[in-house]
Parts: sequence; C-alpha cells; structure tokens
Amino acid sequence: MIELDGINKTYQVGEFPLRALQDVSITINAGEYLSVMGPSGSGKSTLLNMVGLLDRPDSGRYSLDGNATETLGEEARARLRADYIGFIFQAFHLINRLTTLENVELPMMLAGIGPKQRRQSALDVLEQVGLAERASHRPNQLSGGQLQRVAIARAIVMKPRILLADEPTGNLDQASGHEVVDVLENLNREGITLLVVTHDMALGKRARRRIRMVDGRIEKDTDDSDAATGSTAL
Amino acid sequence: MTAMLLLDQLRFNSQLFLRHRVRTGLLLLAVGLGVASVILLTSLGEGARRYVDREFSALGNQLLIILPGRKETTGGAPPIYGTAPRDLTLEDAQALERIPAVRAVAPVIAGTASVALSSRSREVIVLGTTAAIFQVRKMNVAQGEVLPARARSEAMAVCVLGSKLKNELFGNRRAIGEWVRVGDRRMRVIGVLEERGESLGLDLRDMIIVPVRTAEQMFNTPGLFRVLMELDGNADFKRAEDRVKAIIRERHEGDDDITLISQDSMLAAFNNILTTLTLAIAAIAAISLLVAGILIMNISLISVSQRRKEIGLLKALGGSSRQVRQLFLGESLLLVSLGSVAGIVVAWVVVNVLARLWPVFPLAPPWWSIPAAVGTALLSGLIFSLIPARRAAALDPVLAMRGQDQ
Repeated sequence: MIELDGINKTYQVGEFPLRALQDVSITINAGEYLSVMGPSGSGKSTLLNMVGLLDRPDSGRYSLDGNATETLGEEARARLRADYIGFIFQAFHLINRLTTLENVELPMMLAGIGPKQRRQSALDVLEQVGLAERASHRPNQLSGGQLQRVAIARAIVMKPRILLADEPTGNLDQASGHEVVDVLENLNREGITLLVVTHDMALGKRARRRIRMVDGRIEKDTDDSDAATGSTAL
Repeated sequence: MTAMLLLDQLRFNSQLFLRHRVRTGLLLLAVGLGVASVILLTSLGEGARRYVDREFSALGNQLLIILPGRKETTGGAPPIYGTAPRDLTLEDAQALERIPAVRAVAPVIAGTASVALSSRSREVIVLGTTAAIFQVRKMNVAQGEVLPARARSEAMAVCVLGSKLKNELFGNRRAIGEWVRVGDRRMRVIGVLEERGESLGLDLRDMIIVPVRTAEQMFNTPGLFRVLMELDGNADFKRAEDRVKAIIRERHEGDDDITLISQDSMLAAFNNILTTLTLAIAAIAAISLLVAGILIMNISLISVSQRRKEIGLLKALGGSSRQVRQLFLGESLLLVSLGSVAGIVVAWVVVNVLARLWPVFPLAPPWWSIPAAVGTALLSGLIFSLIPARRAAALDPVLAMRGQDQ
C-alpha cells in the first residue's frame, strides 16, 4: 500500500540545515494500525506529511498503491490525496463559518461531487461518528471531542484507504480522547489503514505496529501481529 | 472530478462574504462607486453631445455659413504671413441670392459698441445684418418688429435689442420707439428679441441688431464677418456649395478665398470633439476602477494571510493549487460582479433623478459605457487578484496549517 524507499528530507532552519528524514524506508500494508512516536523534532510529523503527499522528499522513492509519486505534478498529487488519504489534525482545522455538515462535505465539494450525494455521504459519516444530530451546528457550538469527531467524519467522507492522524488527542481531555480513539480504532477494524503520530505513550501503545523515530531515522519498528504482510489486495 | 462545481464555489465565496460583511461592503462600495462614476461621467459627456446635437437641429439643418478667407480645416499649421483675403462684401452676399436653392441670405458684420440710454450704458456685441437673419437663425421678436426690408441697403438708424440688454436699459418700461445711443449714433428701438438664451455660443439676450449698412459705417469696414444662408429644404448641399464658390470666385478674380461651413460638418466636428471628450472622461473615471482593483489586491493579500490555515486545509483535503487559485480569483470576480450591479443600479437611479431635475439636458449613458465600465472592473479585479491568488496557491499546506511563515 505505502512504500517509502530511502526518503531524505532536509529543512533549512535559520542558518542550519535540519535533517528531518534520513534515509527512511518503510512499507505499510493495507489495514495496518501504526503509531509513530519519538521526541519533538524527530521527524515523525514530516513522515506523516510525506505519506500524506503534503510534502515532497529531497530524494528517495514513494509509491502509494502502486503509483510512483515522485514524478507527479501538483494536480495529480492533489487527486491522489483526495482519493486515498484522510487527515486528522491536532487542532481540528474546521472552518468556523461553515456548519458541521458543510465542513464534512468540504472534501467532496472540492472533488466536484453534487450536493445531493454529498449531503447523504456527509450525514452517513456523521452518523458513524455519532454526531448526526449536530449537522447544522457550527464549530463554536461543539466541544473539543465533538470537533475532532467532526474532523474524523470529514477525513473519511471520501472513503479514503488511509487515515493519517497527527496528535489526534493532543488538544483533548482524557474522556474526549478516548471517544476519538474509539472512533479511529473502529474505522481501522473496518479495514482502513490508520497511522497515528503521537507523544502520548498510552495511545501509541494501542497500535499493533509501533515505530519509534529519533533524529529523522526509524530507530525501532515493533509489530505485534504476524500478519504484517497482510492483504495488499486493492 | 477535479473541478469544483460553479454553484459550490459561489456558495463558498458567498459564505465568506457574509462572514466578513464590513470588508465585503467596503469592496463593493469601491467597485460600485467606480462603475457608477464611469457610467455617470460618460452620461454627462453623452448628454453634452446630444445637447449640442439638438441645438444644431433647432437651427434647421439647411444652414450654410460663409467665412471670408480660405481656412484649411484639414490640418497643418496656419501660414506665418497672414494671407490678407479679399473682403467678403455686402455685394457678394447679394449676388448669392441669385442661387435658386437659396431661401435667405443674411450678411453679418460684427463688432462691439456701447449702447447707452441717458446715463446707463452697456458694452455689447453689435450685429449688423438684414431681416433675413431672423429667418436663418430662427429668431423672433417679443415686442415691436424685425428689421425692415429697406435695412438691406440703407443705413437706417433703427435697432433690435436683446431681451437682457432691453431690461438693463429700460427695465420694465416700454422700449419700442425710444432712442438709444449706439457708439456715437442715435437709433430708434423697433423691436426686442424673444428670450431664447444662448445659441451657438452667442448670448442672444445681450446684443443689439442693427442694419448691415449702419454697422458698415459704424465699424468703418466693407468686409463682412460672415454670411449665413438658408437653403431650400430639399436643396442639394453639394451643388449649392459649388454654386456659392463659383459666384465668389467670379467676383474675386478667380480666387477661392472663402470657407464654407455646413451645419452637417459643424455637427460632425462637434460630435467628434464631444465623443473624444466622453472617452477621455471615461478613461479618467476608469482610474477609480483601477484604484478599486488595487484595494481588492490589498484586501485579498490580507485575506490570504488570514486564511493560511484554511488554504492549507483545503489542500490537505485534496484541493489542488489550481482550485485554490480559482477560489481566490472567483472571490474577486464575484465581488466585482456584485459591485458592478450595485454601481449600475446607483448610476441608473442618479441619471433618472437628474433627468427629472434637469430636463433640458439630455443625460443618458452612451451604449458602450456599461459594458466598458463592467469590463474594466472585471479586468482590474482579475489582474489585481492574480497576485494574491497565486500566493494562496503557492502556500505550503504543512507550514500554512501550523500557522508559520514559509
């Protein structure tokens, strides 16, 4: 599903180059539940953005579901992103002027899908995260946990195969965090590939496969399930 | 599947406008004012053109004016040595009456003189002419009568006063039959012109009309200032002009030393000038649209930096750079369109109100002013939002969402 091979990425921070990713190679199969942990600046967010096609490597190869991405233009990468990947952010990133429903519809709107189909899909996923009755609320009327669940609904409305979550519980209290993790793990159980970047040890340990990054390198890759080679069927 | 539906884009932008009402209102105002000012100012220019057009038509379109001396109107600097043309004389004018197509010939000698009644005196324009002037220039007397036929050839001591001059000298008293002093001559007032105001730049209210011979003596000149002719309604202008030239050439020993101005050519010249003027005014008014465009650019740039997170998010959700660019361009174009509609409505209301308050002046926008105003507004909006839109499209989504600079 996801194959990174020899990825390097260097940022210029002030006068000094910061090697965010150093020769990172990793293969992630469809349906895996993966956590990426490590200290700040270890490159875990960069890895996530790389997988999410938001960032381009300086060198190395990245193939997503058999598509070589290095040579793709901006338009094609945006299309792959829309088709394969759902993002969940620490800060939710909902648009305040839009209702819950409109926020969830946003990816489908960008994809040019008609209003009727959009509304149905959005209501379906809101139902899935337990917020159907909040469809007409605006973000400022919702709690943190609800906001993150709306964001999850938005991330899955296009039926992506991969869910990328960057500190999904970072801005939440424990109870809300649990709700959100439940929703994410349910989605994984239904077959979505889940990749969570976190500082939170408790959250990180829940994943079947755990990656520890230090200084832009993968230091440790532990896999509980022997089915790591699982289905790559598409 | 990559293009956003147009309706969705409109809705997305509208929601944005509702969210930023003040900002949107100000931009609408700027665009609206620009569009309205282009339409209003061009309406003024066009109104002036129509006004002149109408004034000329009021004179009748059978007017032919003869000036002494050959004036090249086709361009080129005037000669350094003033050509001393042969005078156009009263006899020349009388000879022109032989042309069959000519209905009336009014020779004109013009000068200024002081007109006095006891201690009151006024410096006015003196037109020395014949009774024919009243027909040619469509003038009438309000009191008394016009110049008598004899005034064609005799230096009679009679005069017709403009209405304002009459009021200045006589007030409400009766002027007919009274004597006034014109220069150093005494003349009897036989008529007072009807109030008509300005005509072709000459204030008919403030002048005095005397027999042409009288003026000839007063100003001591045999030369006519000009000759006005009225042709028959169905006369062939070209032929009449040729006849006029032929007669004058014959009388002036073969010299073609007159200039003929037909009303058509004058009208055409005025039309040209006023149309050019209207275009120039439109161009000046269009500067306000340029300013509106710059305003849109600035506010869009602010909007781009305020909405960095949103732009980053749109990209993360599968929006391409092109879509982001289109969203921002679309936003400006929608704004300009709304502003243009507002501007057109405002201009329409103002034109109608002014037309009601000021019915004499035919205020109306020329056909091209609305498309030109809206086109300029859209173009300006598009050009000036290219930079903000490109900046938005180029945002790095990762940094943008983190709220960092690039």
